Amino acid sequence: MQLGFLVDLHLCMGCKGCEIACKVENEVPLSTWRLRVKYVDVGTFPETKRTFTPLRCNHCENAPCERICPVSALHYIENGIVNIDKERCIGCAGCVMACPYGAIYIDPETQTADKCTYCAHRIASSMMPACVVACPVEANIFGDLEDPTSNISKYIQQHRDVQVRKPEKGTNPHHFYVGASQVHLNPLASKREEGYSLFNNITHLPLGGHH
Amino acid sequence: MVHETLAATNAVVTLDVALPEVFWGWYVTMNMWAKSIGTGLVFMLFLLLRRNPEEMKGLRTSAMIVSFVMMNVFLLFTLADLHQPFRMWHIFFYPHLTSAITVGAWMASIFVGLESLMIVVMLFKKDTVTYDKLLFWTTLLAIPVTLYTAGIMAEATARELWQMPTEAVQMILAATLSGSAAMILLGGNKLSDETKSFFANILGLSALMAFIIYMSEYIFGAMKAEEVAAILHYVKGEGEYATMFWIGQWVAYILPMILVALYRVSRSSAMLNLAAILAIVGLWVVKHVWLVIPQLLPLS
Ligand code: SF4
Ligand code: SF4
Repeated sequence: MQLGFLVDLHLCMGCKGCEIACKVENEVPLSTWRLRVKYVDVGTFPETKRTFTPLRCNHCENAPCERICPVSALHYIENGIVNIDKERCIGCAGCVMACPYGAIYIDPETQTADKCTYCAHRIASSMMPACVVACPVEANIFGDLEDPTSNISKYIQQHRDVQVRKPEKGTNPHHFYVGASQVHLNPLASKREEGYSLFNNITHLPLGGHH
Repeated sequence: MVHETLAATNAVVTLDVALPEVFWGWYVTMNMWAKSIGTGLVFMLFLLLRRNPEEMKGLRTSAMIVSFVMMNVFLLFTLADLHQPFRMWHIFFYPHLTSAITVGAWMASIFVGLESLMIVVMLFKKDTVTYDKLLFWTTLLAIPVTLYTAGIMAEATARELWQMPTEAVQMILAATLSGSAAMILLGGNKLSDETKSFFANILGLSALMAFIIYMSEYIFGAMKAEEVAAILHYVKGEGEYATMFWIGQWVAYILPMILVALYRVSRSSAMLNLAAILAIVGLWVVKHVWLVIPQLLPLS
């Protein structure tokens, strides 16, 4: 079994239902996210549009975070999920430096690394990840990539524009996007400018460490 | 190149909270800097033993103690940078051998153990024969101990700027630069003119080679990878890291090279000592800039 995700960006409307469901399900502390929906505005007024991209851990086949973790706190489980053992983690932030997608953060409450686990605990009880359940338009498609009859496999078969983030990194993500442009997937394709963010003056909880 | 589409798309992120910027900060700089001096001194002691064993007198203990202290500074800052420092023992009891962090921690611990043994051998037994034998093995181990940080940087897949084998070469050059500088300062009048100029040459050549590599990356690095171009942007033009970058290059490499050249003409020890101090101080700045800039780039 190889579990994977696919987000159909034609369907996503940026409601952040998945983000909130994830926060609640996994008790993700303030100022940190396992799953974020990024908004990028494209064009010049009045010809503008807003794009939405849910971003989570890609559960890479060749995961740099797993490779660099000195104590195997990050590890594969048999269904292909890259899981984390927070009791084992020493908080070296090696994984934060290794993940090319910025998917790992240091949990300010436990001072250990954390990230999306595809809700491994729910899957163990035969439930879908919380974000999949919450999405009102079924933009999140989750399933077994090794089963050709699964929803996700069918979606991949039926769509031509199936993409992953940063394929050049050789991580082989198990997380796909349909309907994505460079603006959705490539952080260099958009600017981050002062004064444009809908979130302002964000207070990050203290992380320890020495930045 | 996607960057060039920006003018057309005018794409601006309007909602996203990426990771806080710099995760590995000055504690990690201290780690790399102190380790360079620690292992560099061992390399220099070994070279001195091969070249001029009679000049080892008086330096066996003092240079090894300084190296030991620097290695402990390195270990201390490594530990302090962990978010869960009291779990450090997990590295030894749950080791993950694909991780350069694990392999490095093991090797560095053995290295410091060997150094302690050498200090004990000298302080309590004055046994130079055993010391010199142990020095061979310690020097051998100093090579991977110097290099493993480059391994960590290579495994940091997200940070395109840190490439192997460039970082490996830079780690060795940092060790020979700071090791020779520390040896010049420690040796002082105990070193003959010939030995001093030998270490001065190592200092000057290390500075030259490291400078060439940095300049090559500065000028050509951006031509092949878009991410590297975006990262190098932080040290080009204006801005605090551009200023720091050039301060580092001047203090660690350019001025020491000039001073070493002048020393070769004038034989002024003061000039050589100044070159050594500048190289040690400047190395910290150089390492810090190179550590921080890739972390300024948003990953998502
Ligand atoms: S996306 Fe990042 S955190 Fe997730 S498996 Fe890949 S490297 Fe690890
Ligand atoms: S922070 Fe924790 S999970 Fe990440 S590499 Fe270090 S020990 Fe592993």
